[in-house]
Amino acid sequence: MAGVSKTLEIRTSPHILSGYSVDTIMFNVVLALLPVTAFAVYAFGLPALLTLTVATVSCLATEELATRVAGKASALGDWSAAITGLLYGLTLPPGLPLWMVAVGGIVSVGLGKTLFGGLGANPFNPALVGRAFLQAAFPVSMTSWTPAFGAERFYTLPASTLTAPLTKPSYHDALSGATPLARWKFDGQLTEVSDLAFGAIPGSTGETGALLILLGGVYLVARNMMSWRIPVAILATVACTSGILYWLDPNAYPSPLFMLFSGGLMLGAVFMATDMVSSPMTNAGCVVYGALIGLLVVVIRLWGGMPEGVMYAILLGNAVTPHIDNLIRPTIYGARPAEEMS
Amino acid sequence: MALPPSQDAPSPMDEFSKGLWRENPVFVQVLGMCPALAVSNTAANALAMGLATLFVLTLSNAVISSLRHFIPKQVRIATYILVIATFVTVVDYAIQAVSLDLHKALGAFISLIVVNCLILGRAEAFASKQPIGVAVLDGLGMGTGFTLALFSIGAVREILGNGTLFGIALFHESFQPWIVMILPSGGFFTLAGWLIVFSWLQEWRERRRRENAVQSPVVEVTR
Repeated sequence: MAGVSKTLEIRTSPHILSGYSVDTIMFNVVLALLPVTAFAVYAFGLPALLTLTVATVSCLATEELATRVAGKASALGDWSAAITGLLYGLTLPPGLPLWMVAVGGIVSVGLGKTLFGGLGANPFNPALVGRAFLQAAFPVSMTSWTPAFGAERFYTLPASTLTAPLTKPSYHDALSGATPLARWKFDGQLTEVSDLAFGAIPGSTGETGALLILLGGVYLVARNMMSWRIPVAILATVACTSGILYWLDPNAYPSPLFMLFSGGLMLGAVFMATDMVSSPMTNAGCVVYGALIGLLVVVIRLWGGMPEGVMYAILLGNAVTPHIDNLIRPTIYGARPAEEMS
Repeated sequence: MALPPSQDAPSPMDEFSKGLWRENPVFVQVLGMCPALAVSNTAANALAMGLATLFVLTLSNAVISSLRHFIPKQVRIATYILVIATFVTVVDYAIQAVSLDLHKALGAFISLIVVNCLILGRAEAFASKQPIGVAVLDGLGMGTGFTLALFSIGAVREILGNGTLFGIALFHESFQPWIVMILPSGGFFTLAGWLIVFSWLQEWRERRRRENAVQSPVVEVTR
């Protein structure tokens, strides 16, 4: 094309551009995830590093393979598969066998994204599709946690990490580290909020550094690359609902701060629910979507059978997104509302 | 009423074999999804359900075909259901007598064979218009195709989800079962996987047929 000067360019709308392309935004999401990722490796050591690497590589490889089979141009350059892989890795327990990590990575991009037609066509957040598949397929491994800040974390691996493919991992030598939510649900013990905020707790690789997740979210909002309404709506709904319940009966329900900083709520609210493809398009729709997810999180956590429900809450929110977009539509410029017309 | 067999009428063998592959009830027509998804969690359940359907389908096709001149058009669906329900009752009691465990495992799905759209579909679309011999062949073929499809779904689900086939362990005891495969969602994943395989094969056959069709006139010209 070099040397050819275009005098007339014909293209479809939109004609007013924000200056951001898909790959710019995606690259900035990766940047925003870097502190969380670094903290994950610092807190959980070598197993977290391997988990994140295998998760990202398996997602990238599946994306490349799928585009080749479909005869499309390689889509690795738009960073979306890398984000899926990184986010997916951040939701996994650090000691998960690496073969399971790879299986989930193939499922997240293969089943969650490319089968629906690739980036922009997936109804669900691909990273969470992969995690939900693993949760249903290998429930024991997905709820076996290693404690954070172990003394030998940088040069030893738990026995489960390097389990041979398709075989059962052994957890006999791993120190059992229940997550704060599981401890509350099954043992009635509360964890200090300061421990939750600074990540001195067992959990998925990326969910423990709550403050760093918020930092990444603030960066993306400041650069206008993320809808602030979704995380704010989710967190506000969780805080209000659990606040009312705590006020009614402080013995039966945990405090709102505990609810906000425990489990995957921060990671889910900031990085998962805000996935541009699977969240509503309008501002009002985003608030409805966030409030729905927040409500589901509280319901699943407090009354459900599982200690954590952020993943299912977001997937259910994704499922109703098309309906929210159908019900809440912006007025078209120049068009009058129906009652004025008649 | 029956038309004389014309030159391009399908042979009896075709009537049987179309249900196995070309018009497979599950993988091509996507009929009878309820039992195909619900009771295919083990190979044995799937096979039993397939054989029960095969029995009901063949006999109801035979009866409906032999009665096709006597059934008033206005009440034909009710009549078909009555005939089908009769054979389902026979199957229900037979399975109960042979194996009570199997009967418990299949549960309500034995009675639900009555409303299997595959059986009613063959009765309405085929058996009510064809002579009895062809109708029986059609029922046998479709039933066998259904059984094969259910078995292939059930075998995959049992091998992955439990590490066994017909209850016999296939792997070393350290095998990690994929529990999702014996859950309801596993039925959908496996069915989708087989549908992909089938549509790939169909596409490949179609392409080969078209290539042959393009080549044949060239052969005639050279001759």
